[in-house]
Amino acid sequence: MVSLNHYLLVSGLLFSIGLVGVVVRRNILTIYMCLEMMLSAANLTLVAFSRFRLTEGLPDYNAQVLVFFTITVAAAEVAVGLAIIVALFRARQSVSVGAVEKLKG
Amino acid sequence: MDHQTLPGILLLLPLTTALVILLFHGALKKVAHLVSTMVAVVMFGCAVSLLGADNSEVIHPLYSFLKIGNWQADIGFLVDQQCRGMLFIVTFVGMLVHIYSLGYMKEDESKARYFGALSLFMFSMNGIVLADNLIMMFLFWELVGLSSYLLIGHWFKKPEACNAANKAFITNRIGDFGFMTGILILFGMNFGDVSLLGLKDSVASGPLHYVVQQGPWIITLACIGLFLGAVGKSAQAPLHVWLPDAMEGPTPVSALIHAATMVAAGVYMLVRVNFLLVHSHDAQTIIAWIGGITALMAALMATQQNDIKKVLAYSTLSQLGYMVMAVGLAAPDESMFHLYTHAFFKALLFLGAGAVIYSCHHEQNIWKMGGLRRALPVTFVTFAIGTAALMGVPGTSGFFSKEGILAVAYGHSKFLFVIGLFTAFLTAFYMTRLVIVVFNGKPRSKDASHAHEAPFVMLLPLLLLAVPSLVSGYGLLSGPLQAMVPHAEHEGGQIVMICSIVVLLAGFLTGSRLYTNKEKDPLNIPLFANKFYIDEIYAWIIKYGQDRVAWIVNAIEKIFVDGLLVLFPSSLAAGLGNLMRRVQTGSLQGYTFVLGLGIIAVVYVMLFATAKH
Amino acid sequence: MPAFLFYFFSFLTLFFGVLVVVLRNPVASALSLVVSFVGLAALFISLDAYFIGTIQILVYAGAVMVLFLFIIMLLDIKAEESAKVNAPAVIGGLMLALIFIVQLSLVLGEHELGKKTIADVPLQYEAAAQKELVTTIKTDLENKSLPDAKLVGKALFSRYPFQIQLIGGLLLVGTIGVVILSKREVN
Repeated sequence: MVSLNHYLLVSGLLFSIGLVGVVVRRNILTIYMCLEMMLSAANLTLVAFSRFRLTEGLPDYNAQVLVFFTITVAAAEVAVGLAIIVALFRARQSVSVGAVEKLKG
Repeated sequence: MDHQTLPGILLLLPLTTALVILLFHGALKKVAHLVSTMVAVVMFGCAVSLLGADNSEVIHPLYSFLKIGNWQADIGFLVDQQCRGMLFIVTFVGMLVHIYSLGYMKEDESKARYFGALSLFMFSMNGIVLADNLIMMFLFWELVGLSSYLLIGHWFKKPEACNAANKAFITNRIGDFGFMTGILILFGMNFGDVSLLGLKDSVASGPLHYVVQQGPWIITLACIGLFLGAVGKSAQAPLHVWLPDAMEGPTPVSALIHAATMVAAGVYMLVRVNFLLVHSHDAQTIIAWIGGITALMAALMATQQNDIKKVLAYSTLSQLGYMVMAVGLAAPDESMFHLYTHAFFKALLFLGAGAVIYSCHHEQNIWKMGGLRRALPVTFVTFAIGTAALMGVPGTSGFFSKEGILAVAYGHSKFLFVIGLFTAFLTAFYMTRLVIVVFNGKPRSKDASHAHEAPFVMLLPLLLLAVPSLVSGYGLLSGPLQAMVPHAEHEGGQIVMICSIVVLLAGFLTGSRLYTNKEKDPLNIPLFANKFYIDEIYAWIIKYGQDRVAWIVNAIEKIFVDGLLVLFPSSLAAGLGNLMRRVQTGSLQGYTFVLGLGIIAVVYVMLFATAKH
Repeated sequence: MPAFLFYFFSFLTLFFGVLVVVLRNPVASALSLVVSFVGLAALFISLDAYFIGTIQILVYAGAVMVLFLFIIMLLDIKAEESAKVNAPAVIGGLMLALIFIVQLSLVLGEHELGKKTIADVPLQYEAAAQKELVTTIKTDLENKSLPDAKLVGKALFSRYPFQIQLIGGLLLVGTIGVVILSKREVN
């Protein structure tokens, strides 16, 4: 049967894939998608724990509310982030992170 | 008015006047001199009404300006006979100098500033005289230094005046350092109590009594420190160099500050702490010898000076040397007596010299004067009286006071007595020279031949000073001025008197024989004329000492400060910065990578590293 | 949920997640992410979190990913021409992931709760129903069905009224920010 560890492992793998994507890819849009993936991995962990640690016989809905908030914030973040990417593209004609290395020390 | 408020008035009235005048001297240009003079008259009135009592009063603490824990620095008064007498002298001469200045400084552009500084001086000097503790005395000690500086440099457009003012101030710093050291030693030994009465009690039966018995060298050190203050302020050798230069200031200032009062403050201070000096024989010996040497050396230098004020300045040095010597010989009363009489006749001489200078259109070289006897009869007579008193002609005040000191010297040390006697001979000699060259013979310049008597406002102080110069030795004022009692009952009084009259005559005759009807100085002793080259020696020492020290300091700075303290840290910071700069790659992926490493490290620390414990 | 479904959806999620990283074309990446998120939503549902699973599809797979695609189209981003692999980045990233997974598996092995299956922790409708005060939820629970959306809503509005307003404010600020960022400078 499927145990909590299975879910957590899937979550960890998903997070790792996202992390590798952020490190490896140079396209800011892809990096953004990977970030979303990492956030969702965290959500999966929360929901899994919510189900496996019952309170009064029901899933722990505090965790699910937190997931709800995370999704909301992520949506707002994506909106703002994409606006920034658009602005960046206008300025640099590129969506590569190589175009924004001006902060080099 | 009771006797408690009068000292307060003496202190606060001139302070207020000085502040008002110095702050608003532009607006008060027309009245400042009158206000200041009126205040001086009022102060004299206060001092006179204080003379009545003969008890000693302590008003303490009037005001605490500094509190540290249980300790506090106070403004307080110790009004005893010495204080009353000194107040009388200070305010009397001060008042006359104010009046005199009305005439002397009439044409001066910045009269208001001058009178403001005079009021400041009166305030500071009264503070020294009234002070009941050494810290307050030190404060006012510095304040008289400041007002002296301001007044010497009154004509600050003259570079000589500026230099003289600086010299006076800087030379006094050395003395003040000693004074401060002395105060601090006493402060430490007496557990923070440096009030005069407290110290006195302490020496009699207290912590200092123990110190006197166990380690008298500490008391000697403290006494020498205090004496060093007096050396600076009273211009004793080797710090005497500032006083002759201070003659660059206006002549009334020379009379008040650099002859009668401020320079006597050192002697006054020594007399105030005499109860300490008597416990250190070594310090007394040093004081006596410094006084004797100053008296002799200054008198020698005075014989070859050609500036009328310089002659008087060296004469002042010489007389101060007498006073200091008397203190060193454990005769504070004789010292104070000479201080009082000297204040009268030396102020008289300076003001007389001022009248001469005024009449000769600010000519100060005595060889360009001559024959002024007929043109300036009043000045001549009063000047002659002052000279007689200074020379110690029998019957004048100076005779009695000098006599007392010589008698004390005779009793203690024959060698010092001979020095004193020789100084008396020189005094008679150079004063005769001065009077003859200035007032006798024919006018040797156009200014001298056109000289005319100074206005009455300047002659009045001369007349008023001539009286006490003549009579103050007779004990007329001995009631209020305790020290002003002729001390005739000394061992060998007769011999001393005969000796001093003999040297007086010898000096007078030599002087008159040498200088009557001479166009030039027949004597030429460069050593004396150049003041024993002491200024040059100081300049050499300072130049070479300074060069060496500067070289060493420069080397230290180059190696340690620049190299080790500045360049090393700065290059360290720059190097580290360069190193750390490489971390800032600007690469988003690099940052993410480090972030990932961080997460791993946190997980490791939180879950694995701690799990072992 | 049968175990094979779990494995299927897990595989779906992870495989398309890998595709997101590997594919060069951003449009393909975005579409892979949609599939990945659908798999994830299925996993949510397998955990009895129907509401979260639903909004995962609605908000993420729907709205957010459409926004992504829209931007990609708008900017007309081509696939990265050169398939130049950044070797240090790849090695570094994989190393990070590896260490992370090792750490995770070490942690997972140690805890009892982790070994429990869903069958081990069944939902207790009766017990919950007895304590429930809201009648609709109580009725649902007594009928052995989980009123997931109602329970989330109850938790949200009874326990986090302040936070939800904060989120509202954040969305407003985000909206304004986006408007300002997207506005062209008028010269």
